Amino acid sequence: MLQTILVPFKGQGLKGILQRRRQTIAKGWKKYGMGYLFLSPFVILLMVFTVIPVVIAIYLSFNYYNMLQPPRWLGLTNYRILFMDDDIFLIAIKNTLFFALVAGPVGYIMSFIMAWVLNRIKLTRVRNIFALGFYAPSITSGIAMSVVWLYFFSGDRYGLINHLLIKMGFITEPILWNMDSDTIMPVVIIISIWMSMGTGFLVFLAGLQNIPKELYDAGAVDGVKNHFQELCYITLPMMKPQLLFGAVDSIVKSFGVFDIAVSVAGMPSPNYAAHTIVAHLYDYAFIRFEMGYAAAVAVVLFMFTFLLGRVVMKVFSSKDMY
Amino acid sequence: MQNTGSKKKKLRKKISFGWFMFYTFLIALVAFTSLPLVYMISTAFKPLDELFIYPPRFFVRRPTLQNFIDLLTAVSSSTIPFTRYIFNSLFVTVVVVGGTVIISSLGAFVVAKYKLPGVNWIFGIVIAALMFSSHVTQIPSYMVINKLGLLNTYWALIIPKLAVPYNFFLIKQFCEQMPNELLESARIDGANDWVLFWKIAMPTLTPAWSTLIVFSFISNWNDAFTPLIYITSQAKKTLPLALQTIAGGPGVVARSGAVAAATFITTIPTIVIFVWMQARVLETMAYSGIKA
Repeated sequence: MLQTILVPFKGQGLKGILQRRRQTIAKGWKKYGMGYLFLSPFVILLMVFTVIPVVIAIYLSFNYYNMLQPPRWLGLTNYRILFMDDDIFLIAIKNTLFFALVAGPVGYIMSFIMAWVLNRIKLTRVRNIFALGFYAPSITSGIAMSVVWLYFFSGDRYGLINHLLIKMGFITEPILWNMDSDTIMPVVIIISIWMSMGTGFLVFLAGLQNIPKELYDAGAVDGVKNHFQELCYITLPMMKPQLLFGAVDSIVKSFGVFDIAVSVAGMPSPNYAAHTIVAHLYDYAFIRFEMGYAAAVAVVLFMFTFLLGRVVMKVFSSKDMY
Repeated sequence: MQNTGSKKKKLRKKISFGWFMFYTFLIALVAFTSLPLVYMISTAFKPLDELFIYPPRFFVRRPTLQNFIDLLTAVSSSTIPFTRYIFNSLFVTVVVVGGTVIISSLGAFVVAKYKLPGVNWIFGIVIAALMFSSHVTQIPSYMVINKLGLLNTYWALIIPKLAVPYNFFLIKQFCEQMPNELLESARIDGANDWVLFWKIAMPTLTPAWSTLIVFSFISNWNDAFTPLIYITSQAKKTLPLALQTIAGGPGVVARSGAVAAATFITTIPTIVIFVWMQARVLETMAYSGIKA
């Protein structure tokens, strides 16, 4: 933090006032200048390459825009259609909420547990190999990944899960995992969790390293008895910043679910069982070329994530730290 | 303590059994999650007939280097030397990763630790931008990059990726944990802002930027989409896009082996970076331990 230096009163009259003003400016520069200078590259680039496109997209959501003709102003029509007449969008909202409420928290908690557990391994090499193995789904390309899940969930008798279920006598006919509208969503959820735990896991792992070890010794002196108490009283409170990051990350990712749903169930999926908000958006943007309508979908999606994000930030508010 | 020797022994036995179970479970889970990696490696060495076996087989039966030879043939038949693509990819990725680490860290450090008027607004904008779907901003982004005259230059691949809200948020969260006393005492010792950032903040933030390097490297190294949109001349294409063109897309049967080999080779740098950066994260702990 910048400390304020009290400059003793110097000089009198106009000369003194001018001198003092110069000093205030100099002090202001000294106090804030470097900070704004450090901040400026990021802020300028953010404005040009992120904020301006977002503002244009929001503007487009009030227009009809097919990317060939100039946008035509529609006012709130896109939004009215979205909520009043577009039944499929309501299905998409329902599916996305269901997905986000299950896959988000489960993936989040599992990645934390894995990071916590791996952090206890003292052998560096073993720990690194395990970390690499656990992060592998995020490293490998989508193709390798889809072959692997197909190996498990294939709808014929060769699929590993069908094979096992038939062998154990639970079912006689193979289940069409990725075509039956009842099983599509659970399959999408399982595969997504499996694939997307890597980010949170790595951040938590780094966060665990960032906790001063002395705190644990101090805790032991203060009567922290077991690992569980250590987790509740030291680790979790100290990791609030990373926990918040992980939570926001999993909200954004789980509300943005699309790629895996499409690669599992295709597009459009049977009975729209895996139709998510972003799938709806993609449909209108790049298949029907109704960019304005797609932008309206994006704005609604943004509202959802932003509201939830606010809630999460309140929960993890890190103001009480240090 | 001494008289409870047998009890202790029993306890130790119990603990070691617990550890055994724990490791077994952990190994099973990690083996499960590393399946795609294993599959990818073994596929690179599969002869063509094994590549198309149905149902697909996990492990290679008769490993061969034929795929790599095919890749080499395909590569040497292209008009532009292959090293050019490697250079393009390396150049773009290194500049983006290095740039984003420095720019995000500088900004995030200020937002977290300097009490400047307006920084909360900036943080709010970053979070909001993070949450806006990137699908709909693709076309406006294209408009911006086109207006700036960056199309078909390396800059189109680099500049827009320097200020990523996600990266900023990550570093900012780690900055929150930096004790204020550390910065204040350095300032009293006469350190200016620049020294403070490089000598105090960055070393403390090692776990954060090591993790960011992994994320940023993987996403930029594998990115075939951005060059597909912004780059038209063959000589400026990056590795993933060039490999797609050489292989003739995922549907071309004859070069499937070459694609498998290429996928394997392009993944190696990411694994190296991952292992290297994880080691750095660990070093940080050792360092702060010694210091205390």
